[in-house]
Amino acid sequence: MSAAPTAAAPAPPSSTAAGVWRPRKTLRRWLGWAFQGLTIVSTLLGLALLAALLFDVFRDGAGQVDGHFLSSYPSRFPEQAGLRSALLGTLWMLGLTAVIAFPLGVGASIYLEEYAPDTWLTRFIQLNIANLAGVPSVVYGLLGLGLFVRWFGLGRSVLAGSMTMALLILPLIIVASREALRAVPDSLREGAFALGATRWQMVRRTVLPAAAGGILTGTILALARAIGETAPLITIGALTYIAFDPQGPMDLFTVLPIQIFNWVSLPQKGFADLAAGGIVVLLLVLLIANAAAVALRYRMQRRLQ
Amino acid sequence: MKETAEPPPALGAALTPRKRRAVTERFFQLLFFTCAAVSVLTTAGIVITLLGETIQFFGEVPVLDFLTGTRWTPLFASQHFGVLPLVNGTIAVALVAISVAVPVGLLTAIFLSEYASVRLRSVVKPILEVLAGIPTVVYGYFALLFVTPILRGVFPQTQIFNVASAGIVMGFMILPMMASISEDALRAVPRDLREGAYALGATRLEVVTRVVVPGALSGVLAAVILSVSRAIGETMIVAIAAGLQPRMGFDLLSSMETMTAYIVQVSLGDTPQDTIEFSTIFAVGTLLFVMTFVMNVLSDFFVRRYREAYE
Repeated sequence: MSAAPTAAAPAPPSSTAAGVWRPRKTLRRWLGWAFQGLTIVSTLLGLALLAALLFDVFRDGAGQVDGHFLSSYPSRFPEQAGLRSALLGTLWMLGLTAVIAFPLGVGASIYLEEYAPDTWLTRFIQLNIANLAGVPSVVYGLLGLGLFVRWFGLGRSVLAGSMTMALLILPLIIVASREALRAVPDSLREGAFALGATRWQMVRRTVLPAAAGGILTGTILALARAIGETAPLITIGALTYIAFDPQGPMDLFTVLPIQIFNWVSLPQKGFADLAAGGIVVLLLVLLIANAAAVALRYRMQRRLQ
Repeated sequence: MKETAEPPPALGAALTPRKRRAVTERFFQLLFFTCAAVSVLTTAGIVITLLGETIQFFGEVPVLDFLTGTRWTPLFASQHFGVLPLVNGTIAVALVAISVAVPVGLLTAIFLSEYASVRLRSVVKPILEVLAGIPTVVYGYFALLFVTPILRGVFPQTQIFNVASAGIVMGFMILPMMASISEDALRAVPRDLREGAYALGATRLEVVTRVVVPGALSGVLAAVILSVSRAIGETMIVAIAAGLQPRMGFDLLSSMETMTAYIVQVSLGDTPQDTIEFSTIFAVGTLLFVMTFVMNVLSDFFVRRYREAYE
């Protein structure tokens, strides 16, 4: 893009017969319009792909979603198959992940925002969290396989999967919670201290209530990420075919995206449509999670005002 | 976070209230420190699990054979442990992905930061962010069952599983990240510089291409590196749409296996866990971890540079 104006520059400013100087306004303006058009087209391209994706998935999958689909176990026969065990597995995984990751994440961010002195150790922890956020999810799967499945002896259980997932989303929760804590004005902290509160009393009674909305919103969004993650759970050995309801944290399990992956990899046409149906359910679950986060943020914002 | 401020009675009985409070304070400080330390333990855990298995693997397969071999057949009778075909596949998919994500993402960022009104931006940006929130298994479905048939319509020799469709779709998955980091960098370029250029008679295009983008270059570079890192680590799209054929070369319409897809392939298969075949996934995982780690550090370096320059 930048080459064109440069090319125009060496030519002397065109002059009219009268000898009045005239810059090459038309060409430059035309290039400007063309470039602006290009940026608009690029932006539309992303939006168009999103539209195509949603259209494709809902066209193939919306008809699949009914009571039978939600309440049946997977099957060799596409017309009988459903995603009951995957849906329950996702709920189990989600619940356990939340129980593990939420206190850890909030605790870590309270430490970093409210307690940590500015030492090399603190900076190291921060750097470390930033790096963890960039580790590919499949590597977390290998960690879970080595640590939780084998070393802790948890096997391919929901608990092993949830612990893996908790470590995966921990950086997300920490980043969001720290932001929420940082948004609490210092005057509140100073007020609490002035009244004789200890640091923990200040955190518990002043900072946490003020930051709760942001922390919860961030946690929900992080959990939404966990709903869609597939690779780490496949790596720890979560199964693709489960024909029973998980009853406890030590049970074998599968989750929605793994079930979808399984159906996509089967060649028969019927299974592709099942996969689309599974995707519709998955996207609806994500939509609910995100809507909850947005609603929560909105309510909290209104309360603060 | 609903604990009472008082410590358990057994402990509290012997202490004065002041001391009790001091103990409570120490307890919570330690508790929160432990939470923060979990992140360090996670990194340590990753390094130890990966290295432990990888060292065992290299006890049987020479490191040099692994890093320079061009045949990858650990699951066949005649075993070869040359990882280059997997690296080749990974790079091929990543190249396709960033050749979509970088131009489209940068132009989108320029549109959002230089052309779009505040109102339009506040509508378009969240919609684009949805792309980043869609589970990758959904992209895999879309690549295999929507993009691949289109590609096969245009290029009949396209294989069912191919690098191009996985890469293109992955590019759109990365797009929001590329766009949003670039946009941050573009917006960080001070207004004075733009206005100076306008005052000299530059058009908006000239301001963008000669002042704003060069000024934001290190931020844009950081976004590109991070995009590559994301593309290398992405798993489900390639596992679904790019196939499981370790292969050298850059025939984008053919099937290739990436490092991540190989890890998934072995995890799903019935390879016994205590074998050399199985430990390959840790060796491949280590390589993947090192590659993405180096790129993340590099990208962080460039982000710092533009932050230092303007903030």
